Amino acid sequence: MYNFNYHRPSSVADAAKLLSSASEGKLLAGGQTLLPTIKQRLNKPSDLIDLGGIKDLNTVKVEGGKVVIGALTRHADVAGSDAVRKAIAALASLAGAIGDPAVRNRGTIGGSLANSDPAADYPAAVLGLGATIHTNSRTIAADDYFKGLFETALNPGEIITAVSFPVPEKAGYAKFPNPASRYAMVGVFVAKGPAGVRVAVTGAGACAFRQKAMEAALAKNWSAAALDGIKTSADELNSDIHGSAEYRAHLIGVMAKRAVAAAG
Amino acid sequence: MPKVSMTVNGKAVSAEVEGRTLLVQLLRDQLGMTGTHVGCDTSQCGACVVHVDGRSVKACTMLASQAEGSQVTTIEGLAKDGKLHPMQEAFRDNHGLQCGFCTPGMIMSALELVKHKPNPSEHEVRDWLEGNLCRCTGYHNIVKSIQAGAAAMRGGK
Repeated sequence: MYNFNYHRPSSVADAAKLLSSASEGKLLAGGQTLLPTIKQRLNKPSDLIDLGGIKDLNTVKVEGGKVVIGALTRHADVAGSDAVRKAIAALASLAGAIGDPAVRNRGTIGGSLANSDPAADYPAAVLGLGATIHTNSRTIAADDYFKGLFETALNPGEIITAVSFPVPEKAGYAKFPNPASRYAMVGVFVAKGPAGVRVAVTGAGACAFRQKAMEAALAKNWSAAALDGIKTSADELNSDIHGSAEYRAHLIGVMAKRAVAAAG
Repeated sequence: MPKVSMTVNGKAVSAEVEGRTLLVQLLRDQLGMTGTHVGCDTSQCGACVVHVDGRSVKACTMLASQAEGSQVTTIEGLAKDGKLHPMQEAFRDNHGLQCGFCTPGMIMSALELVKHKPNPSEHEVRDWLEGNLCRCTGYHNIVKSIQAGAAAMRGGK
């Protein structure tokens, strides 16, 4: 691993300052993706700004019909939160199936969203629940957030501080994990609630996206059977050694049905 | 070079590290505690699992600096007064290892599982070991060992 300057600020404002003054600065949250990419020399930051010393970024609150999760909250803490499980069980279950236990003890929701890996789980929940991403300068609606492969609406120097999820009437998530990495080959999050009926897909495209034909069908009839015969075009989907675009397109239908069944 | 301070197996330690120094490098190369192994170095195999503030982490995917002020427990911290921890004893009794390379990580992972589930089912053990790879045993005796170790810990042995 190439060396870098390590910083551990104690406030978001200080982190933003350090980030803007570094030539190639990177924020470090849980590090479960960033550290491996630096080791592989896919990334060569001049400065790593560790957010781990900032208090109050790892709180989970349920208030006013919303689940608000601080950006530095570990996956294990979302999975293990009784409040989250009671409000949005599908979100707690999703967090509890990311990676493995040791990864879940380090990885954070803010880090996952800032990275926007095409096969990460959280983007499906954020888009599927119509969540809002809070940063140190503004709020971003989930629909405006995911822009492409590892590309988000975040500006240079912008820091995610929290994510708020409206509590839905029903929600479910189903993923077909890659047998080796446990990343989603395809994951589908379905929800019916304040943000309407939404079907969000991860793992299949450059970033998480909504499957609008399925949303329309489920809005008329919330049942797995309502999704019969609805196909997803393979045109823009990922194709790699793990599966072809056509295979992923097919999996979207299967996972969407399982997600609806899980949502009840 | 920046200095880090933490508690390792109950003992206060401090060391000068580079920004890029990994927790596992600090433990093995600077503190000489080679019980924590580096297998894949890509956070997949789990041979490097240690506890940081009571939670299992992959020490190859955490900077030493990130552990500043933490309580770290490694495999060396489990035996007390020359007597193996019940989970270590269970691995020996149940032939839970062959080459032994993955064993420190297996045991550290198992101990966090037992904290959450004092009486884990076979399925729960296998599910929990998602991030710990063993290339010898086929896992069968590891699962048996962990269930036996959990039972011994419930019995307060």
